Amino acid sequence: MVQEREHVTGQPEEPFLSVEGLTYQVDGQTILSGVSFEVWAGERVAVFGPSGVGKSTLIRLLNRLDEPTSGTIRISGQDYRDISPRLLRRRLGMVMQSPNLFPGTVADNLRFGPHAHGETLSDDMIRTLLSGVDLAGLEDREVSKLSGGEAQRVNLARTLANQPEALLLDEPTSALDQAAKRDVEETILSVINTQNVTCILVTHDRAQVTRLAERVLLLEDGRLVADGSIAEVLDAE
Amino acid sequence: MLSRWIENQVWLGAAQAGITMVAALLVVWVTDRLKLGLKKDILVSLGRGIVQIVLVGFLLTVIFSADLWIAIPVILGMIAIASVMTIQRVKNIPNALWISLVGIAAGAGLVISVMTFLGVIEQALTSIIPIGSMMVYGAMNTNALMIERFRSEVTSHVGQIEAGLALGASPEQVIRPYTRRAVSAALTPNINGLRSLGIVWIPGAMAGMVLSGQNPAYAGFYQFVVSGSIFVTASITVLISIVLLRKQVFSKAEQLLLRAGEGV
Ligand SMILES: Nc1ncnc2c1ncn2[C@@H]1O[C@H](COP(=O)(O)OP(=O)(O)OP(=O)(O)O)[C@@H](O)[C@H]1O
Ligand SMILES: [Mg+2]
Repeated sequence: MVQEREHVTGQPEEPFLSVEGLTYQVDGQTILSGVSFEVWAGERVAVFGPSGVGKSTLIRLLNRLDEPTSGTIRISGQDYRDISPRLLRRRLGMVMQSPNLFPGTVADNLRFGPHAHGETLSDDMIRTLLSGVDLAGLEDREVSKLSGGEAQRVNLARTLANQPEALLLDEPTSALDQAAKRDVEETILSVINTQNVTCILVTHDRAQVTRLAERVLLLEDGRLVADGSIAEVLDAE
Repeated sequence: MLSRWIENQVWLGAAQAGITMVAALLVVWVTDRLKLGLKKDILVSLGRGIVQIVLVGFLLTVIFSADLWIAIPVILGMIAIASVMTIQRVKNIPNALWISLVGIAAGAGLVISVMTFLGVIEQALTSIIPIGSMMVYGAMNTNALMIERFRSEVTSHVGQIEAGLALGASPEQVIRPYTRRAVSAALTPNINGLRSLGIVWIPGAMAGMVLSGQNPAYAGFYQFVVSGSIFVTASITVLISIVLLRKQVFSKAEQLLLRAGEGV
């Protein structure tokens, strides 16, 4: 992106994200149990595991859409409860599985995040963001007229408009058909390459892990059972 | 015909109600023959209806002989009952009782006192109590409609609401389209009612005044006072309730608490 990062990451010896004993229970059921890991600035980490093991729950906790039962998260050393939820959510930009775009045009959707904290997204920025996700020229398109793959790329651009320090992607391609899936994957790859943004990607697609990430967190029944390079974790399985 | 034989007004009323009851029981007999399965429902409703309204009639005779100030506890009592009835209609909203109580009390309390003070509502128990009851009743219905609509709007837009939050927007901002829709949907029947005033349907207050022999033109103006005040009361009620309600569906950390199929 053209503008400089707003937020400075802490000292280089410190992980960007540090998850400590994260546990989440609902109605007496434990969904995540004592999950701990660290993510360093610029890393691409895949959260991998079969359906229902708590991958989305983990991502939602990182974005503070849900409150953990115990444990905490530190961002550049700072407890995330000491950061306002709104700022935290802008810093850790989340892209959900389904686009959930707001009614209106593509540009309206991109302006939403900056507008929410009192900034105006310039038309130049909108063009830059859209060409970054391979949607140049679509700013005035009504979102109801977008294909699934286009909508998901608008979703990505909408999150990028907040200039997040890290991207949290929850199965960003699982609602798409095979062709659209590869296209959106390409877009994600080019975005994280050009912006060198830290990325945590949830997927249950082994091939996607190899294409988009370099490190894997393996979840099983709410527990983190492996954390390492793709070769260490997936090939050992 | 009846009035030629019965002089006491209460007994006259009883006889008139008796004839109406006979007509209704005929309907019960017909529906029973048609096997509509409504027999028990109708009988219970007819029974409750006549007992309740006659009791209220006797109660009002007692109340009307009291001092004007008795209007205050009577209206407050109506507001309390209306709030309890509201929460029987809406499920899974925390503090719904208090929200309704505050909303209805503010709307009805404000409109009734200002209108009475200005003399738009006559400063007599025979005006304040029946008109007040219409306002409280209207506010209750509108508010229950608003709360129910709000809940269904929120639970069917969880994805967009959370997408908005995830983009760093405030709860007020992400919920705004749904609060707007809930309020306008709740007020719509009221607005339509105002528009159709007098077309086919001569509403209660005017009908009563005409029945008791007052000038129909005055009764027309007065019906507008009543309908207009009900509208204003209901609007104030839902506008206050929605502000309180909105807070209930988010946690302190600005997380959406109300999801489909779940209580909070
Ligand atoms: N609010 C909730 N109340 C009750 N159970 C929940 C809640 N949220 C999640 N769960 C349960 O927690 C478990 C983990 O859910 P989660 O969505 O995190 O899994 P996932 O790994 O993302 O699965 P998928 O790959 O299917 O998306 C599931 O069994 C789910 O039913
Ligand atoms: Mg999931």
